[in-house]
Amino acid sequence: MNALLVLEQILNGLQLGVMLFLLAAGLTLVFGIMDLINLAHGSLYMVGAFVAATVTHWTGSFILGLLAALPAAAITGMAVEWIALRSLYERSHLDQVLATFGLILFFNELVRIVWGPRAIFMDVPQALSGTVEIIPGAPYPMYRLAIIVVGIAVAAFLYLLITRTRVGMLIRAGASNREMIGALGVNVRLLYTLVFGLGAALAGLAGAMAGPIFAVEVGMGEGILILTFVVIVIGGIGSIRGALVGALLVGLVDTLGRAFLPGLFRLMLDPATADGVGASLASMSIYILMAGILIWRPSGLFPAHG
Amino acid sequence: MADVTRSSAFTRRHAVHLGALVFLVLMPPVALVLDEPFYVSLASRILIYGLAAASLDLILGFGGMVSFGHAAFFGTGGYVVGILFVHGFEGTAFLGLIPGSDSGLIVWPAAAGVAGLLALIIGSVSLRTGGVYFIMITLAFAQMLYFFFVSLEAYGGDDGLSMYGRSQIPWMDLSDDTTFYYVCLAVLLLFLGFGHRAVGSRFGMVIRGVRENERRMTALGFPTYRYKLACFSIAGAAAGLAGALIANQTEFVSPSLMHWTRSGEIMVMVILGGMGTLFGPVFGAAAFLLLEEVLSAWTEHWMIVLGPVLIFVVLFARRGIYGWLIGAQDGSES
Repeated sequence: MNALLVLEQILNGLQLGVMLFLLAAGLTLVFGIMDLINLAHGSLYMVGAFVAATVTHWTGSFILGLLAALPAAAITGMAVEWIALRSLYERSHLDQVLATFGLILFFNELVRIVWGPRAIFMDVPQALSGTVEIIPGAPYPMYRLAIIVVGIAVAAFLYLLITRTRVGMLIRAGASNREMIGALGVNVRLLYTLVFGLGAALAGLAGAMAGPIFAVEVGMGEGILILTFVVIVIGGIGSIRGALVGALLVGLVDTLGRAFLPGLFRLMLDPATADGVGASLASMSIYILMAGILIWRPSGLFPAHG
Repeated sequence: MADVTRSSAFTRRHAVHLGALVFLVLMPPVALVLDEPFYVSLASRILIYGLAAASLDLILGFGGMVSFGHAAFFGTGGYVVGILFVHGFEGTAFLGLIPGSDSGLIVWPAAAGVAGLLALIIGSVSLRTGGVYFIMITLAFAQMLYFFFVSLEAYGGDDGLSMYGRSQIPWMDLSDDTTFYYVCLAVLLLFLGFGHRAVGSRFGMVIRGVRENERRMTALGFPTYRYKLACFSIAGAAAGLAGALIANQTEFVSPSLMHWTRSGEIMVMVILGGMGTLFGPVFGAAAFLLLEEVLSAWTEHWMIVLGPVLIFVVLFARRGIYGWLIGAQDGSES
């Protein structure tokens, strides 16, 4: 029984990790190539979730909702890049933080005006509403399993894209030396917009898949954005591999900490104190993990730049 | 030094300072004559946020350290006052060791001390990195503290903690809004005076040197990490003091004091007022809170205006309100 519970929580941790990876991959690419810190990445996740929820309600098909969320987030992302962020590439990180903070305020309020202040709830799609017995006696929701599968597929796709294609080669070149690929005649502006669109689409995908699990509401992108920052800092800014490792690490530590820390403390303290201490420590666990890793390796596990 | 000759002449900068001071001192009686006591409490908030923003500018503008977690120290200062107040009210002790208190002469320095210590701990980890890592790490640590206080059910958790009055200070009645306003003003002026001396001192020179070129300062033999950590801790302590004041003003503390958007707002105040100027952030706090007041009276969706305004300020108005007031010729330091 206990081993099954642990296994279930490990799968939950993987599922959270995969969602974080979808966000972190886009954010770390944008940072690695354009040297841009984009706080509004969480807003694209939110846009993806809201578009998916709305289209799913209209058509009754979750697949259509998902398919609508990807281009919606990508187009929003590319439009934002075109209008506002393009003039920020040469600016200091402080300017980028402030301007994208302004973008968050704008997007939150825009979504509140369009969709209203109340949270929208999405049902798990019919075909994925059942459970699977991965090992006998441990039923696990099929939908969460599907998220893990999609995440692994995206990771494989990104791996192939970056190591095997011409665009991937340009992305890698851009990450190691931006000026040089411009000098070699690559259309850097176009590359930037495409990378931004790719990152935005991944964020939209994460948002759309998050809909049936979390509430779709204004501000939903910010909590997960800060988790994503922790992932990127742990993994090393600019590194997709680091984003994957960091995301799975954060997902597992957070989920397992919340599930088991109060129980562990109950072995030593009285139940009420144990729950309090356990819950506090569980909510802080990933930040402690981050601090520990930074003391050991100040530029993350897989630093992309020397 | 050049500063001596410049400060002996009455420049536009001095006129701005004098005008602001006269305005701040005369504000409460005028507001009371006009029968608008609300403006006194709004002005107190401006002074308190001005203190928080000026302390952030010490690391942001002078030290070049982009900290996105300043609200953590602000909120911690507030919680120190709130928690000790409640224990003092109930006659119990914090963790069974530290007796509660409502004496401002004890809890305000305690708030600054605890926040400064926290800044020392967070800074000692964060300052090992730099650039974007530093931004994200300070943000993450502040968020960690936010979640800590949210899960701290013994002190109200998410709902916050109500105080049943303000701190006590001998011979003063802080529950009177006008008295409280003048106390806030005195605290702010003391900090600005201290900051002015600090920025002009050898310590301040080193900090500014680090902002311009850290590698060169290291090569000159300065232990830059220790200087930056000291600066970070001082700023944290001052933010804690501001938090102690805001807890007194609202007689309530909650985790929202240290939410990450609060760190963003304090940073916006610094930029609006003028980065790298001690007095600028106070103007920035005034502009931000007044803008919020005006826009929220006009539409509930005021954020949709504030966001783009912010982007425009960042893109086009680099010198801030203070830089614009003192004119182009005068330098930017303090």
